[in-house]
Amino acid sequence: MKLETQLSPSPWRAAWRRMMSSWLTVGALVFLACLIFACGMAETISPHQPNAQDLELKASGPSAAHWMGTDPLGRDIATRILYGGRVSLLVGALATSVAVLIGVSYGLLAGLAGPRTDAAMMRVVDILYAFPFMTFVIILTVVIGREFWLLFIAIGAVEWLTMARVVRGQVLGLKNQEFVTAARAYGARGGRILLRHMLPNVVGPVIVYASLTVPGVMLLEATLSFLGLGIQPPDASWGVLIRDGADNMETSPWMLFFPSLFFSSTLFALNAVGDGLRDALDPKSFQEAGD
Amino acid sequence: MLRFIISRVLQGIVVIFAVIVITFLLLKLSPGGPFNKEREMQPHVREMLEAYYGLDQPWYVQLWRQVKGYATFHFPPSLKMPGRGVDEIIAQGFPVSAAIGLPALLIALGIGVPLGAIAALNPRSIEDRTSMVLATLGLCMPSLVLGPLIAMIFGMKLRWFNVSGWYDSTDWVLPATTLGIIYSAYIARLTRGGLRETLAQEFIRTARAKGASEGAVVFVHAFKMACLPVLNFLGPAAAGLLTGSLVTETVFQIPGLGQHFVSAAVNRDDNLAMATAAFYAALIVGFNLLVDIIQAALNPKIGFKG
Repeated sequence: MKLETQLSPSPWRAAWRRMMSSWLTVGALVFLACLIFACGMAETISPHQPNAQDLELKASGPSAAHWMGTDPLGRDIATRILYGGRVSLLVGALATSVAVLIGVSYGLLAGLAGPRTDAAMMRVVDILYAFPFMTFVIILTVVIGREFWLLFIAIGAVEWLTMARVVRGQVLGLKNQEFVTAARAYGARGGRILLRHMLPNVVGPVIVYASLTVPGVMLLEATLSFLGLGIQPPDASWGVLIRDGADNMETSPWMLFFPSLFFSSTLFALNAVGDGLRDALDPKSFQEAGD
Repeated sequence: MLRFIISRVLQGIVVIFAVIVITFLLLKLSPGGPFNKEREMQPHVREMLEAYYGLDQPWYVQLWRQVKGYATFHFPPSLKMPGRGVDEIIAQGFPVSAAIGLPALLIALGIGVPLGAIAALNPRSIEDRTSMVLATLGLCMPSLVLGPLIAMIFGMKLRWFNVSGWYDSTDWVLPATTLGIIYSAYIARLTRGGLRETLAQEFIRTARAKGASEGAVVFVHAFKMACLPVLNFLGPAAAGLLTGSLVTETVFQIPGLGQHFVSAAVNRDDNLAMATAAFYAALIVGFNLLVDIIQAALNPKIGFKG
């Protein structure tokens, strides 16, 4: 018998194996990888320009030259989907990073602070939960202008609440465990305990939660763009394209169909990956503790 | 119980006023003002308008007047719809949104709860798989995808209902169906999770051991606990549904409250923007309180803690 088989795999490797054993998760990962690749390489893949108009062509259905048809300005839908996907995916990734950054810092601080500070900080989160998010994001986009980089800050700034709760719950659970007490007895200070002992242990739930935040964030971006508050024409995100499609669905249904298909499949894949991650990283231990 | 309710109501009032103050400050921070965008407005006309609405006062005076207005139920007027109070505008849009939101809520519960329950009672069966695939599909079909799709199929192709507008007595059907399907996906997932977790617990084993029938176990003992996560979700969801979904009301061109959320902010009708935010917050606070009370009544472990 080989030595390797006797050793139990590290928790991360075991989680990775569990995740790879689900064909749905693997399929979703492959789909997302292809999508990111296609959107990133849009210039080389597509022979068309996203904003190049062909007014003689107008809105034409799917054909050999334009696989997914064209819009009333003769722009190639497939190309616009690839370029728009770049915007949507980027907003999803960046806004999630903003949300994770705020949420994790806030949750760590609340969890490590004394019970009073903790209670006050969580009260703030409770109050913010009651806030009309959509109104705030709308006002934020009006306040800070409709620029791309401000959009994901606005979205990230309202999506961090649950992350803060999850992290805080984890920290509360870890705080009194023996290895932390040991570190403290050993003379480690707050900052070191925070970074060396707490952070690695909250990474799992943070990854799970972040992966489930991405589709939510992308939906928010698409909703804003759909309402005309997000990405501005002639640039497109999937939300903009779906709006264009909804406006033209009677005459050119393909304008609605293809962007919707891409958007929904991506949401599906992201949710599948999130669920896969959650199952793989042990669901029970990540329940919000002490709430 | 009474103390619990009073303290929660007081907290809720604080939240609503916090929403008003924060919305006010955000709007004051934004460049331009309510009357700066109109192109052909004479400077003296603008000054007159601003003086009329008190916008020439220092910001803290304006804030105080807003807070006082809401506290005494003398709501400020709309800045862009002359002669109409914000309360009047909301009172006009709310019934329309509610006429869609209420059936949507019923549809969501009517589809979601049975679907989730069937899945939970037959773990790993074909029913379980099918209903969860359906629920996941529902999660991935947000209103901006599903709304136009439903409008296209039932409005344009089959011509069963009007594609958009608010004229006929059946105009609520398509938007309510759209919203109902979307929310049912969440409810199905929550019901399945809640029921499955409850069925694994000790008191269920006790109930079975004392010879209760399977139906009694599920419906009398388990269901009460299992609906807690659904209830938690329903609080904010009901508030969202009743105030109208922005996207759904846009797709079906419904003159509900949803439109005001966007247009008030974009047109800089600051008073109306604050009012919609406050109204929404009030609904959320109200529904959360309701949910907490029901929860405490269902689960003796939670009780009325404050």
